[in-house]
Amino acid sequence: MSETKKFMYLNRRAPYGTIYALEGLEVVLIGAAFEQDVSMAFMDDGVFQLTKGQDTSDSDMKNFSPTYNALGDYEVNKIYVEQESMDDRGLTLDDLQHLVWEDEDEDYAKKPSIRVVSRQEMADLLEEQDIILNY
Amino acid sequence: MKFSIQVNEGPYTHQASDTAYKFTRAALEGGHEIYRVFFYHDGVNNGTRMTTPPQDDRNIVNRWSELSKEYDLDLVLCVAAAQRRGIVDEEEAKRHGKSGDNVAEGFRISGLGQLIDAGINSDRLISFGD
Repeated sequence: MSETKKFMYLNRRAPYGTIYALEGLEVVLIGAAFEQDVSMAFMDDGVFQLTKGQDTSDSDMKNFSPTYNALGDYEVNKIYVEQESMDDRGLTLDDLQHLVWEDEDEDYAKKPSIRVVSRQEMADLLEEQDIILNY
Repeated sequence: MKFSIQVNEGPYTHQASDTAYKFTRAALEGGHEIYRVFFYHDGVNNGTRMTTPPQDDRNIVNRWSELSKEYDLDLVLCVAAAQRRGIVDEEEAKRHGKSGDNVAEGFRISGLGQLIDAGINSDRLISFGD
């Protein structure tokens, strides 16, 4: 592979109701094998994808939310969540799953993957990317 | 410039595939290269040859097939998305014991890695969707 590109997976839709979130996550997991500079971003209703305590038993939808816990093992450890989107929906960081990754350089210390950013910071992050996959 | 195209919606319900087709054709006619067109989500429904629109409407599937033939275009249907939605080629039909296959001419079924590969190896990856 000739070069490393900055890939961002941008998630803007609720986890259920459509398949975009689930199939979007499948791209992230497959894409991890390509050793690119990967990040994920969550804004608008996409912030609901990361909430803890999801229960889909009455709707027969597949609850894929535990998969987000595996992202650290796939070296997907930059997960940006937009503050304004959480505020608009009455969510705080405590409502989200505590996602971590292990830092090999610091004796596998567990570090949080989620970084809450402002809308302006999110705009700057989007600007930096080579590839944005929007689901 | 070298482009890759991602189509995320099926034919007719959304205009995404039409716009992607128009863009792809215009790029090719303008002397640009299209590295790959990747169909994901309901976009895989653009690749079934069973599509039979009314005669006075555009045939979205055939149009992609013809463009593929004309320009030797790589049209890829995501295998996982295709399996969910009943799009199978001969090999997949055999493997899963299906009575027939339905992939249109010029399309091939492959994995999501083809999308990431397209992102890496193109100057621009352009998504068409809802």
